[in-house]
Amino acid sequence: MTEEDKILHEVTNSEYKYGFVTDIESDTISKGLNEDVIRLISMKKNEPEWLLDWRLDAFKKFKEMTEPDWANVTYKKPDLQSISYYSAPKPKKTLESLDEVDPELLKTFEKLGISLEEQKRLSGVAVDIVVDSVSVATSFKEKLGELGIIFCSISEAIQEHPELVRKYIGSVVPKTDNYYSALNSAVFTDGSFCYIPKGTRCPMELSTYFRINQAGTGQFERTLLIADEGSYVSYLEGCTAPSRDENQLHAAVVELVAMDNAEIKYSTVQNWYPGNKEGKGGVFNFVTKRGICHNHAKISWTQVETGSAVTWKYPSCILKGDYSIGEFFSVAVTNNYQQADTGTKMIHIGKNTKSTIISKGISAGNSNGNYRGLVKIMKGAENARNFSQCDSLLMGDTCGSHTFPYIEVKNKTARIEHEATTSKIGEDQLFYCNQRGIGTDEAIGLIVNGYCKDVLNQLPMEFAVEAQKLLSLSLEGSVG
Amino acid sequence: MLKIQDLKVEIEGKEIIKGLNLEINKGEVHAIMGPNGAGKSTLSAVIAGREEYEVTGGKIEFEGKDIMDLAPEERAHAGVFLSFQYPVEIPGVSVTNFIKTAINENRKAKGLDAMEAKDLLKLMREKQQLLEMDKTFMSRSINEGFSGGEKKRNEIFQMAMLDPKLAILDETDSGLDIDALRIVANGVNKLKGEDNAVMVITHYQRLLDHIIPDFVHVLFDGKIVKSGDKNLALELEEKGYDWIKQELK
Repeated sequence: MTEEDKILHEVTNSEYKYGFVTDIESDTISKGLNEDVIRLISMKKNEPEWLLDWRLDAFKKFKEMTEPDWANVTYKKPDLQSISYYSAPKPKKTLESLDEVDPELLKTFEKLGISLEEQKRLSGVAVDIVVDSVSVATSFKEKLGELGIIFCSISEAIQEHPELVRKYIGSVVPKTDNYYSALNSAVFTDGSFCYIPKGTRCPMELSTYFRINQAGTGQFERTLLIADEGSYVSYLEGCTAPSRDENQLHAAVVELVAMDNAEIKYSTVQNWYPGNKEGKGGVFNFVTKRGICHNHAKISWTQVETGSAVTWKYPSCILKGDYSIGEFFSVAVTNNYQQADTGTKMIHIGKNTKSTIISKGISAGNSNGNYRGLVKIMKGAENARNFSQCDSLLMGDTCGSHTFPYIEVKNKTARIEHEATTSKIGEDQLFYCNQRGIGTDEAIGLIVNGYCKDVLNQLPMEFAVEAQKLLSLSLEGSVG
Repeated sequence: MLKIQDLKVEIEGKEIIKGLNLEINKGEVHAIMGPNGAGKSTLSAVIAGREEYEVTGGKIEFEGKDIMDLAPEERAHAGVFLSFQYPVEIPGVSVTNFIKTAINENRKAKGLDAMEAKDLLKLMREKQQLLEMDKTFMSRSINEGFSGGEKKRNEIFQMAMLDPKLAILDETDSGLDIDALRIVANGVNKLKGEDNAVMVITHYQRLLDHIIPDFVHVLFDGKIVKSGDKNLALELEEKGYDWIKQELK
């Protein structure tokens, strides 16, 4: 066996480390998807009538749509009738402090190394945890409240700030945008809501940990983030899920609105269960993430994707306003039988708009990683600029990596640059590290983290550390 | 310290080392000289544990222990250091990050905790000065865009940081201008002591003007064909390798 074959073999044999199940009593409605289920969800959540109508309309349109198949991934389409669309941990009551949170749940977070206490104490991060669709703890709310910042679950926002929700929900990702956004619009159960008032700089990183917990329940998160004129917010989203034998569907929708001169940084670390080494099980992650930038506004998407069996995700920016800026920084790791089709769309509408795309793909095992991106310069977008860099790193010779960059230019003043590289971790690099006393596992971690540095540097400090660990962890088990 | 007995090495079916014997004791500096293709770099790679080479006979002992079954990193932990002839680039990994990882992995293997950041920085500063390196050097990606001289200086810097028992310098002088040669040699001399040993692989005498060898060996066609003191190197420089070839006939 050559060095690389060994690495390949070992990597293929490393198991998912976060595969445990937390025993929390749950309130789950029976499986299936129909109008009654939607009415039940809406009723359970005590929603206003306009939202129920909105959901039902989405469902009506959804029924006329078909699942897209253009992505370079193959999987068995999930049976939407065998999913339970609502699951909430019991006891379901308003929680004032962490003491009231189910201790089992707190243990889960401790195992993940993201203890709330630590997070609060050390980093001043306000954490809004979503476990199986219902937010169970929200912290730092008062402090944020003093600045007029609203950071709560979307269910709460629907009750407390219906006018904001009604104005912006579906404004960036229309409910009929695509098959999964329509499904999400019909059945979303929870998610986060954030509003930053005019001229306010959010003093802390806002953070939400998502975690799929109940066997067989799909998660349909809905996130709506509005940064009003001249405001700034950095939002972190991190996910891990326990291992399961059946596939779990996740179809989230994230909408960002950056008003004039506002800036939103949206960072994601995603580590959902990727399936076992034979490719059995794992999460299906079909997400629609999109932001709109008004004049002089900026949206940065940063993602570190190591999980899920199948990923289908294109965080995008609509650069509507003049001088607006869109950025996309991505690291996507696929291992074993994982498949990922991910990238971004930068739609330049306004004048002097600028976008940057840095994508780093890492493929190992029998996996398949794809970058798919669209840079579109509309007719009125004078002096638009785009720079794209798409790099792929291959480990072993049974994995695949593909790049699909689409460029549509309708204005002659546009300037677009695209760079792409494909490389392999060389035996020379590994031997060099080994010779200095660095074992092959650590060496791979070091090399991969170096390769991803441009993206990891975009993450807030505490998140970058977690992401680095995750990268090493997902490629661990490769002692030569 | 290092004892090599009747070593035979093949790569892709071709025999490169054909029964080599060498013994290096602590406190000694040995120079291995020889023409291109004699097996000099193969010898250094095999001692460090590179796996592409197939050892078909003989054994290598380090400090009385057979190291033939040890992984390269285990040999490093035992105190073997190889300064590469062609150090590789690792994009995005800074010199600081790399050496920190190396130091702590070596400490971990010895059951020690990671080195305190301030101690590490102090040590780095000290060795940086020894090798007359610029501060900005530390934050550059390792070997990426380095000049030939910078690469070699970086190798010796790492050696100084790791403080090995046996340092093998594989053509460390190639690609160095006179100033860099002096700096590198000075670095090696500072590190040399009673408890460690140095094996210098080179084509030329010039490095040996700065790092004075106790023994000089001539490697030719996979074997050490002649050994002597430092004067042998001078003789070689004067007469060339053809002289050895003639002698062997």
